[in-house]
Order: sequence, then C-alpha cells, then structure tokens
Amino acid sequence: MNTSSVQIKQPAPMSMTAEPSGRAVTALPRPGSGLRARTLLAVPAGALIALAVHLVVSKSEPPVDTRNYSIFLGIVLGASVMMAAVQPLWPGLRRWMAHMCPIFAAAVLLLGCWEVITSGFRLLPLPYFPSPAGVLQSLINDRALLFDSTWHSLLLLLSGYALGVIIALITGICIGWFPYARYWGMPLLKVVGPIPATAWVPLAMVLSPSGTFSAVGLVALAVWFPVSMLTISGIANTRASYLDVARTLGAGQRYLIFHVAIPAAMPSIFIGLFMGLGTSFLTLIVAETVGVKSGLGWYVSWAQGWAEYGKVYAALVIMAAFFSTIMTALFKLRDRVLAWQKGVIKW
Amino acid sequence: MVAAPDTLTEGSSLRVAEVSKHFPTPDNSTGSTHALDGVSLSIAAGELVSLVGPSGCGKSTLLRLIAGLDSPDSGELWVGTEPITAPSAERGLVFQDPNLFPWLTVRGNIEAGLVARGLLHEKRDDVDELMRLVGLQTFAKAYPHHLSGGMAQRVALARALINHPKVLLLDEPLGALDAFTRMRMQDEVLRLWKARGTTMFLVTHDIDEAIYMSDRIVIMTQRPGRIERTIAVNLPRPRQRNSSEFLSLRSEILELLHFAGNTVRESALGCV
Repeated sequence: MNTSSVQIKQPAPMSMTAEPSGRAVTALPRPGSGLRARTLLAVPAGALIALAVHLVVSKSEPPVDTRNYSIFLGIVLGASVMMAAVQPLWPGLRRWMAHMCPIFAAAVLLLGCWEVITSGFRLLPLPYFPSPAGVLQSLINDRALLFDSTWHSLLLLLSGYALGVIIALITGICIGWFPYARYWGMPLLKVVGPIPATAWVPLAMVLSPSGTFSAVGLVALAVWFPVSMLTISGIANTRASYLDVARTLGAGQRYLIFHVAIPAAMPSIFIGLFMGLGTSFLTLIVAETVGVKSGLGWYVSWAQGWAEYGKVYAALVIMAAFFSTIMTALFKLRDRVLAWQKGVIKW
Repeated sequence: MVAAPDTLTEGSSLRVAEVSKHFPTPDNSTGSTHALDGVSLSIAAGELVSLVGPSGCGKSTLLRLIAGLDSPDSGELWVGTEPITAPSAERGLVFQDPNLFPWLTVRGNIEAGLVARGLLHEKRDDVDELMRLVGLQTFAKAYPHHLSGGMAQRVALARALINHPKVLLLDEPLGALDAFTRMRMQDEVLRLWKARGTTMFLVTHDIDEAIYMSDRIVIMTQRPGRIERTIAVNLPRPRQRNSSEFLSLRSEILELLHFAGNTVRESALGCV
C-alpha cells in the first residue's frame, strides 16, 4: 500500500516540473541571443557608419590628408569584425565586450559626429576646430617630436612625483607620529601648503639654475602638500587599540611606526597619492608651458603659436592616453598594496 | 587553591598592592573619577583568576595597569619579582574586540610578536605549533575580515601566546560571541591554559563563565572600584554547568552582588 502510493506520487511532480523547465529552456535563449547579436554588431555597425560618413565627407578634400584616417577607420572596422568573429569561441572576451561594446560603439559614432560637424557642414571655424582626419594626420606627421615631448614629460613627471612623495611621506610620518614635529611642522604645512604650486613659478625661475630643475621642484611641491596632509591624518588616526596590542606584544617605537601606524595609514596615504597625481599633471603642464622648452605642455603652446590646431589636438589626445595610463598604474598599485581591504570597503 | 597544571608552568605570579587610579572628568576640571581605590590582589603562578563586577567598576583600568599601558597614581604592581613599569611581551593582552591587524594575514598576525622582537627566524616553528594548537592551519593566508568572531578571537589568543607570556590578561575576550561559540571558546581557553600553564587573569561580565573557568573569582564594586570579596571555586574540572555545586556557587555570587548595594544589584542583574 505504502510503496504503491509512493510510486504513483513520484512521477506526477516530475512531469509537473519538467514541463515549465522545458519551456524555460526554449524561452531563455531568445533574449540571450538578442543581447549577443547587439554585442556582436554594435561596434562594427558604428565603425561602418563612421567610415561611410568619412568617405562621403572627404570626397571634396585632397586624398593625401584623409587617406590615413580612412585606413584608421578601416582598421577599427576590421578589428571589431574580427572580435565579433572570435567572441563565440572566447567567453572571456565575450563577457568583456558585452560590458564594453556600448562605450566602444559610442566612441566610434562620436568620431563620425565630429567629422560631420567639422568637415561635413563646417559648423565650426576652421583653423581652431580641425576634423578627426586632420588631427590624425598631425599626429602621424609630427610623431617624432610628439614622442620626444611625451618622453620628456614622463621623465619630468615621474622624477617630480617621486621626489614629492618621498619628502611628503617623511614629513607626514614625522608630523603624524612625533608631537614635537607636529608642533613645529603643522603651522608651516598649513600656511605654505595651500599655495598652489604654480604660484611659485616666478620664484622658481629666479632660484633654480635650469628650467627642468625648477619644473621638477614645482611638481614635487604640488604633490607634497596633499600627500603629507593625508599621511598625517592617516598616521594620527591609527586606532589606539592596535598600538596597545602591539605594545603588549613587545613592540618598540620602530615596529609601532613601520608595522602598525604606516599600514593603518595606507588607505589614507593612497587618497593623498591620487590627489597629488592630479595636481602634478596640472603643475607639469603649466611648468612646461612657462619654463621648460620641451614636453607636451611646451608642445601645445608652441603648436598654438603657429596656429596649428591639429597638432594641439594631437597633443591633447596623447596627454589623455598618457595621464590615464599613469592613473591606471596607480590604481593597480593600490589594488596590490591594499588587497587586504577587499571585502572591508566598497571600492 | 592554586590549581597548577600537571604538565608545565611557564606562568609567573602577579601582585597588585594598594593600587589607586583617578581619571579627570572631561566636563569638569576640578572633579575626577575614582576608578580604583586601594586595590590589592595576589595571583599565584599558573592560576586562573576571574574578575567580576558591574560595568565601570574599574576592571579594564586594572587590566591596563597590569599590562603597563597606564600607570597607577599610587601603589605597586609586580610580576614575579619584577615591578611593572611599561608594557612588555611578558604580559599578553586580549580584548573583547580581537583587534587583529587587518593588513596582515592570520599567520602574519600570529607572527607579529616575533617580528616585533626580531625573533621571527629563530622561532618560526612556534607559529606552526600555535596555529595547530588553535586549529587555524587552513586559514593561514586568510585576512581577518574573512574570519568569524570566534575564529578571530582564536587568532587574537594565538597572537598573544606566541611570546610565551608569563601572564595573559583577558578583557572580556568572549563577551561579543554568541552563547554556543562562547562555551566552546571557554573550553579552548582552558585547553591553552593547561597546555601552557600561563597565569591567566580574566575580566568577565558572565558569572557562569567565571565559575566554569577559574580557580578563584574576585568580585569588584564600583565608584570607587574596590575588591568586595574573593571566592575560591573548588570544583573538579571539567566542570558541570548544571551541577548543584555550580548552581549554589552561582546564587551565592548573585546574592553577594545583591547585598552590595542598589546600583550594583541592577547592573549585576542586567548582565546575568
């Protein structure tokens, strides 16, 4: 009796559950495949539109000026088609593209819009607002000088940033930890620190033997204030109980500073490093514009002097790539150093 | 009264003589809180003593004085024959909040005492042994925020024990844990106590915990913080939490706290 009732009962729920799940299996892929088609086609379609716009618009212009941009758009189109072709076989790329394709497509379409506004309808005055084709041409024509300028900017930025960070960490740790250093250092920091580094340009030009030297000093000064300020607050806000625990573990002054206070201050120090990086970009470009005779800042003002706005934009494109790469590198460093924070706070 | 473990005793005796401590009240510069008033206490080497009393009776203050993190206004404190003047690796301290260093892994936290004293290379094996003792080998590389409350407190115990302290001071170490974890951890602490023979001084709100674990129970009253009485717990271990001796001792302590005054009665009832 019992076993038979069980036998009868068992198939019923199975068939009940099998039907809806079967329907779900056939129903699910439809929105999924729609999403995939959009992911696959968005960027190639955008590139195709941009290329078509370019070909129509540039008919009236000399082919020498526009051929490179045609090739560039062709490469973008080819790459996007290739990525679409590889996606079914490469789940990692598929996931990444599913996330990124709206941004890529928008970027390519924005190039098309830019071209329509400039070369197409000539809505903007010409020497100041060149077409993307013109900017690309300037980028290619002046590549040697642009590379040289980028290299000089990089050297100047890194040496100034490194110098500023080292000095800032030393002052920040001293002021944050030793009451005596705090008494004398804090007023100085509060009075001198808020002056924008660029305001020191006249003095720097008089004091330093060379333009490069003063530019490094200015960038270092720009970095020094935010980094030391946030190092101080990080060190001073170390939880007292961490220090108490460390003392009962036999920690001396050195352990308390280097193994407790500094690690505890690290999240705060990194906020300072990011702020310092922002001010260092600004100061770098100003310092190059007024003092140093090389670097991207100098290149922009030089190109502007010759009214070659294509070159100005080319330099801006390089700056964007240059600065965002350095910013990304700092983010990666933070992710490594502060790996222990993962799960503690929302990044 | 001194239930010294049979294996080894690396603990030291502890003596607190006529110790007083005032704290200035923050809102009023003339007045001050009398946190401890002539407290005297003597703990034998390898003994486990509990300190029970209402909140704010100066229990934690006394523990900080013994740890050397604060100094008394008057009176003296001794570990063995050494006077206490500053914090030292000889006197480990475990708080209610495990206070693990979040930037170090479990292993890194346990090693901290060795790193601080520059002994990591010589005593690396101690770390492995201690991690086995507290059952944390598989969590060596985990960061503290991945641990449950009980596990984090075990790491804190291991971190304090890495230096082989002569005295281990426990400031309500199990107060934040749930009832089941707390009972398991009580056994854990007893096991470590037996294995090491460390002198332990345990501050607790939990009368059952005090009876279950300690050789003697010191009862304090508040404002000014004074020692009301000391009760010996002469029950064989492992103790039965529902035996008649256990329960009668419990009601004796409760009654003692009742007779100690109104404020004490309320707070004592609040924490039972």
